Amino acid sequence: METVTATTAFADNGVDIEFLRSAREALTAEPEGAKFSWRVTNTWVRGTHSRSTCKSFYGLGAEQSHRAEFSFHGDHPELFSAEDNGATPVELVLAGLASCLTAGVAAVAQQRDIQLRSVSATLQGDMDVRGILGVDADVRNGFSAIRVTYTIDADATPDEVRALVAQSQKRSAVFDIITNPTNIIVAVA
Amino acid sequence: MRTTTTVIVGAGQAGLAMSRCLTERAIDHVLLERGEVANAWRGRRDSLRLLTPNWQSRLPGYRYRGADTDGYMTVPEVIDYLCGYADAIDAPVETHGAVTSLETHCDGYLITTTSGRWRARTVVVASGAYNLANIPAFADAVPAVVRSLPATEYRNPGQLDGGGVLVVGASATGVQLAQEIQRSGRPVTLAVGGHVRVPRVYRGMDIMWWLDAIGVLDEHYDQVDDIVRARRLPTFQLIGTPERAAIDLNTLQDQGVQLAGRLAGVTDAGIAQFSGSLPNQCSLADLKLRRLLTAIDTWATDHGLHHEIPEPWRASPTVVEESPPLTLDLAAGTIKTLIWATGCHPDYSWLHIPVLDPKGQIRHQGGVTDMPGLYVIGTKFLRRRKSTFIDGVGDDARDLSNHLAQHLDSLSVH
Repeated sequence: METVTATTAFADNGVDIEFLRSAREALTAEPEGAKFSWRVTNTWVRGTHSRSTCKSFYGLGAEQSHRAEFSFHGDHPELFSAEDNGATPVELVLAGLASCLTAGVAAVAQQRDIQLRSVSATLQGDMDVRGILGVDADVRNGFSAIRVTYTIDADATPDEVRALVAQSQKRSAVFDIITNPTNIIVAVA
Repeated sequence: MRTTTTVIVGAGQAGLAMSRCLTERAIDHVLLERGEVANAWRGRRDSLRLLTPNWQSRLPGYRYRGADTDGYMTVPEVIDYLCGYADAIDAPVETHGAVTSLETHCDGYLITTTSGRWRARTVVVASGAYNLANIPAFADAVPAVVRSLPATEYRNPGQLDGGGVLVVGASATGVQLAQEIQRSGRPVTLAVGGHVRVPRVYRGMDIMWWLDAIGVLDEHYDQVDDIVRARRLPTFQLIGTPERAAIDLNTLQDQGVQLAGRLAGVTDAGIAQFSGSLPNQCSLADLKLRRLLTAIDTWATDHGLHHEIPEPWRASPTVVEESPPLTLDLAAGTIKTLIWATGCHPDYSWLHIPVLDPKGQIRHQGGVTDMPGLYVIGTKFLRRRKSTFIDGVGDDARDLSNHLAQHLDSLSVH
């Protein structure tokens, strides 16, 4: 008796690559729809503690909404004499970078038909706090460097895994926001 | 007003190859050339040589017949070569008449030049891939103390002031300029974005031989995943020298060139800002190089060459310093010159036919536009990866002349 075994297993990383492809085609034809605005509202609580929320955004030519309102608390740790009610803002930046790069790894892996089993990353932002404290004007406020280390288990060669991570950086919004200058216009309403 | 069947705009390698193919089919035509044959090759920088070896300068009905088959032509040699081709194929070139307008007219086209008007049923645009330099909008913020010029206006280091030079872009032009300017005693900072690293010689053969052999140069426009991206790919980091010397970011750093990330902007205060993406740009290029060399090795083994040629080797990873510079004060006086080696694009400001995309480039499928009888040839990855190479335009000319002949046949049936 013959048994037929399916030999072609396609990677499934839970990324809807067909949607991404069709979106790309649609937005090539209709570039206006590609204009998105992302919004966050922030409210001071007390001390260095504040709460940010996001719910609505604009895209595809219309107002859009998240499934639910998401909120994030920002604060400073106790060693800065704060109450430590949430992550520091710079940790939120690192979290944003990590989320963006990891999403990219999954999408690129799907595109290249590479099955992922696990993906984890540790991020480290090095900072000389003399900058934010105004001790030394020559020290910048922000990170002097950001180091990201990925640990990935996938059906791929080490070079293919490195290429996933490299391509993810190339396509990442947050990587671009951090590595390139952006004009910031702050107004008081 | 004069009349012909086909007007070819431009008498460079693409126009000449097309001319030869039309002559073979006895299609009456003229080449309208703003200057002289091989015009785009005239007035180039002194040290420039082709990136492809001499044997790889095949054109329809013409090839290199000199003794130095593995060498790389200098610009005067390229001009002689193409003028020799124009003579050999008896190309009907009208020189010194720039096309100022192309429009539709009855069932054909009306072409206006600085020396007259032509009517033709078909037109082949072969006016070049590299007419205008790509200069970013923030170039205006470069302080006046720095002389800023596109690579197309650079001739040799002697025309530059002493002092530092910022070269923007690390394709073939950028790395070649960085090398020769650094050697002239002017310290160079090289701003590096996306780039394609390849060795000059691999396992005893020129890299262009390998790319030809394994089929990379013959890849078709409808075979690649993303043709828009493929057409934007920078040129290989290569240089043609009698020594067949290698050039890459490591050899440049050994010579003292300072690497920085992609130039992302210039502030109002004249501070150049470099992207923090340099480590990733180098990783991408190193990984891509390793994939290419692996593909070459596989091909060599499959074709029984493995034991006939030198052993495989891998280039050492690109060295990136711990903290590449993120800013450079252009107003401080150390940088005297900024050279934009950021590529060029075609100029179609004279083309008054609705075949241009929002970026001003011709919409086409492998050189065939939506407008019956209007073709383009000689632009990046037009039909094949080699479309802009002297060695590549011949196959495109054969395909497109075939399409053009069928179009003429269909007109005569009606």
